[in-house]
Amino acid sequence: MKKILEQIRGNKWLQLGLLVGYIALTSLSLILAQRSVAAFLLLLLSFLLLYYTKLPNWSKWAIGLTIMFFILPFSAMQGPAYQEYMDVATLVGIYVSMALGLNIVVGMAGLLDLGFVAFFAVGAYTYGIFATAQASNFMPFGTYPLSGNSFWIFIIIGCFVAALFGVLLGIPVLRVKGDYLAIVTLGFGEIIRIVFNNMDQPVNITNGALGLSSIAPPKIFGIELLYSNQIYFVVLFILLFVIFAVRSLEHSKLGRSWKAVRENEIAAQAMGIPLVKTKLMAFAIGASFSGMMGVVFAAKQAFIDPTSFTMLQSINILVMVLLGGMGSVPGVILGAAVVTILNAQVLNELTMWFNSLSTAGIITLPDAMSPVKMQRFFFGALLILFALYRSKGLIPAKNVVYDKRKFLSEKGTKKRLQSVGAPKEDEHGNTGS
Amino acid sequence: MRKQVMALAMTSTLALGFLGACGNTDSASGGGSSETVKIALQAPMSGGSATLGEAIKNGAAMAVEEEKAAFEKAGFSLELVEYDDQGDPQKGVSNAQIIGSDQDVYGVVAHLNSGVFIPSSEVYERYNIPSVSPASTATDVTDRGLKSVNRIVARDDFQGPAGAEYAVQEIGAKKIFVINDKTAYGQGLATAFAEAAAEEGAEIVGEAGITVGEKDFNGVLNQVSAADPDLVYFGGLYSEGGLLIKQARDNGIDAAFMGGDGMDSSTLVEIAGDTVSNVYLTSVAGDSSATEFAKNYEDEYGAKPESFSIYGYDSAKVLMEGILDAAEENGGKLPAKDKVAAAVRAVDDYEGEMTQVSFDDKGDNEFAKIFIYKFDEASYPAKIQGEISQ
Amino acid sequence: MMTQVWDTLPQVLIDGLTLGAIYAIIALGYTMVYGILELINFAHGEIFMAGAFIGTAVLIGLTGLGWVAVMPAIFVLLLVLVITGGLTGMLGMGIERLAYRPLRKASKLITLITAIGVSFLLQDIVRFITETQQNNYIVNTPSLFPGSLSISGLNIRYSFLVVIVVAILMMIALEFFVNRTKWGLAMRAVAQDQDTASLMSVNVNKVISVTFFVGSALGGATGVLFAIHYGTIDPYIGFILGLKAFTAAVLGGIGNIRGAMAGGMLLGLLEMFAAANLSAITAGVLSSEYKDVFAFAILILVLIFRPEGLFGRAAIEKV
Repeated sequence: MKKILEQIRGNKWLQLGLLVGYIALTSLSLILAQRSVAAFLLLLLSFLLLYYTKLPNWSKWAIGLTIMFFILPFSAMQGPAYQEYMDVATLVGIYVSMALGLNIVVGMAGLLDLGFVAFFAVGAYTYGIFATAQASNFMPFGTYPLSGNSFWIFIIIGCFVAALFGVLLGIPVLRVKGDYLAIVTLGFGEIIRIVFNNMDQPVNITNGALGLSSIAPPKIFGIELLYSNQIYFVVLFILLFVIFAVRSLEHSKLGRSWKAVRENEIAAQAMGIPLVKTKLMAFAIGASFSGMMGVVFAAKQAFIDPTSFTMLQSINILVMVLLGGMGSVPGVILGAAVVTILNAQVLNELTMWFNSLSTAGIITLPDAMSPVKMQRFFFGALLILFALYRSKGLIPAKNVVYDKRKFLSEKGTKKRLQSVGAPKEDEHGNTGS
Repeated sequence: MRKQVMALAMTSTLALGFLGACGNTDSASGGGSSETVKIALQAPMSGGSATLGEAIKNGAAMAVEEEKAAFEKAGFSLELVEYDDQGDPQKGVSNAQIIGSDQDVYGVVAHLNSGVFIPSSEVYERYNIPSVSPASTATDVTDRGLKSVNRIVARDDFQGPAGAEYAVQEIGAKKIFVINDKTAYGQGLATAFAEAAAEEGAEIVGEAGITVGEKDFNGVLNQVSAADPDLVYFGGLYSEGGLLIKQARDNGIDAAFMGGDGMDSSTLVEIAGDTVSNVYLTSVAGDSSATEFAKNYEDEYGAKPESFSIYGYDSAKVLMEGILDAAEENGGKLPAKDKVAAAVRAVDDYEGEMTQVSFDDKGDNEFAKIFIYKFDEASYPAKIQGEISQ
Repeated sequence: MMTQVWDTLPQVLIDGLTLGAIYAIIALGYTMVYGILELINFAHGEIFMAGAFIGTAVLIGLTGLGWVAVMPAIFVLLLVLVITGGLTGMLGMGIERLAYRPLRKASKLITLITAIGVSFLLQDIVRFITETQQNNYIVNTPSLFPGSLSISGLNIRYSFLVVIVVAILMMIALEFFVNRTKWGLAMRAVAQDQDTASLMSVNVNKVISVTFFVGSALGGATGVLFAIHYGTIDPYIGFILGLKAFTAAVLGGIGNIRGAMAGGMLLGLLEMFAAANLSAITAGVLSSEYKDVFAFAILILVLIFRPEGLFGRAAIEKV
């Protein structure tokens, strides 16, 4: 067994062969057994396997894109559960982008943000207000609702508005550090939600608790994108853009500054990194990804109201980041996918399974314990277990060490190097008591 | 090495975990020679309004059990699939996607909360699946002109005004304080009430909102006692309503209270206890305790039905009536879903256990009524005071 | 407009003090733990909630045994407080031992995340247990002190007096414990400097455990007071209330016990005042639902302009 594994590990052609076989097998089983959620999930799993192969990067991307654009939609298309699968895939795309945004703030810059969903809400409302008749309540010019054609511009507008809010949040909280920051952002998220819930008077801007319904669906070349399989491709394009942006940011000067600030703020400042600008950029860029997806979310749901943007959602996204591995782009993608699928599909399926078992009289599960209701329990347990036993997540972030060889050749610096990798904590606090 | 092991382990757990789950759905669709017709049900079975959600579910489940034979005769095997919307619009919509993509689903008994039904119905409409709501009262539910959306209960802009009329004319309230819980349901109802009450000639001495899930409403109640109204109207659900009543009485506010159908639950009485006297309810749900249904329900579930149980039951029955009608028209074969939707909309003078049903061109029930109840003591259900027809 | 504010003021003060007293005692739990570990124990709000549930269960149990009918209500209350305090104290200690201690050397971010995890877990466990007992998770607490005093239009519930008196007693007891006992001395020493304290033969782990026990016992006892005063509880009361209590702790200067008390009272009064008068003062532009915005805005402003709190001393950051 070990030998075979070794062999697979060494030989990338073998890996490619196995991978292609796996993809073919799972997509075939999805085509044949349309209702099998397992086949769908296993097909999605091929992305993870792809990540672990030793293939060169370009071919990984090529295979990945092929699966995303052709194999997945095609094999899901053959049966009745098509829209369901595409809906799940769309949700995964939305949450992956948001998690990547939060990853910049929490994972890379080390600023714990517990109110991240606020930016999602900002994006969603930006589109929602103008794509319904709502805007005519306070806008002196223009006719509303805007048509679905405006959706494409609003993706960009949503991005900028959310970034603006990110900076607005960022400026005051720059003075605040660590866990205080977490609390302030949590408060901020709640404030945004409460304000949206109450901005129906004196001027009706958000329509308050009633929410905005019948939001115009996106339109392109005169075609309305109504169904999940159409939105899926929109999400896919944005997602690819986000991944590309994050990837290039990660190794840019800005990305390295974030990590420096995360590891040791004072040292980073001493090395000439502008603290204010670096942190604000983290907030703004993180928020902008979330804002874009907010626009998509509003268009997809056709209805938004403040209950979609609760603190639970913020923590949900945090769970994704932590589960995948803070600071690790592939990890966060995996984490977001796992949590979203768990929420959107697996818990439902399990509940239905248990229900059918109990109607068949095999086991009786009390209603209170149905998996759908246990969401908080699972999340709580996941958070604790991962924090305790795998605090770096499923796919830990790799810290590229520059000029490794040069460092190692000098004996004296070896020790210093080792401590670079480990996360540092601030052990020198002071108490006021 | 570790990576591969991890990937392998993940694969196998995922596979093991869900092969079972899907194996089940597989057999459900493939099993039996007759064609499957599924009725989907969505209601909150967890969260603050779980009591009402479960009540609807139980009612619908009874209806489906009873109709099984009739469907068997027509050559279909009938099945009820349940979904928990948790009272959350997002959950409701994603469940709706699942329901929509299931080709065997020919109808939905859906949603307690209007806030969930409104977005979810956009999805049902795309798939032409007829939906009948046993409890959603917001005007927007049917006012959007969707072809597949129906409800058998009255609308908020009927319930609110009916309550206002009763409050002003029968109770004789001149100064009214209106509170809502800042949800789609509560706000819609409270606004409709306040407008109608003002038209009837009462003075609205104050309006305020509370937050769902809070336990201390003394701040708002201080506003109430400062305004000194004859009647306090609360648009919201029983959990907050009960506390509000209790704390108001503790604070020495003895004005009459009035609320909508969201307060119509035995839990209201449990929370408010003796302070529940002098509380009026307008409800879209009538008193079902004397019906045959109530007896069967108690036999089946060992508890008295909640107010909406029978509406869940009637909704499911109307829906199945429509499906059978459409099938008959189609020569005994399963029709296309838009035909079913049209047939459900066309249901005329259906005699339900609780209410007669004829849908108008928007999907509202022409025979929907508003019932006025009053609590004199801590017992549920309250005493019926009268009913108002449209 | 001003007359309305003036007329309701006495009642607002009373309601605000009740809420403030509850905030204050919960804030004590936050402040004690933060003083020693510099950890925001997010799960503290949930310990409060668990206390409310345990207290209710004990009360219902005692009623079932017939003890409530024969004993004076105040003895019943004391009994319930002691039992609940003991149990929630153990719960707090257990949480510290299992979820926080292994992470004492890890980054603060991670510990904060575990704390959130613990709080979710507790919420769901309580919900689960309650739901298997009855159909929904809203629980009604039998009222121990029904009725109210009416003094010239002012309504004072007996349970209000009980809450205030018990709360003040608990605060005095805590002050005494921290300032006059050996354990209190050890706690203060550990808060100053863990390493030096351990050199002075203070058992740091034990002291931390005791801190968690005392803080959680107080939190749980507050839960009982809450349940008795408001009469209805659900598993989700802890999170927001805990957050507000944390705001109170920050307002008073975190790590500072007297500051937490003052902060709690102040926040309770401010919030109640906002809820009762916000719409009157702003002529309907801001409705009373903005009271939470108000509370969080205070938190943010304090953190930005006076992070050491209203009564705290500024800490110097060592590098």
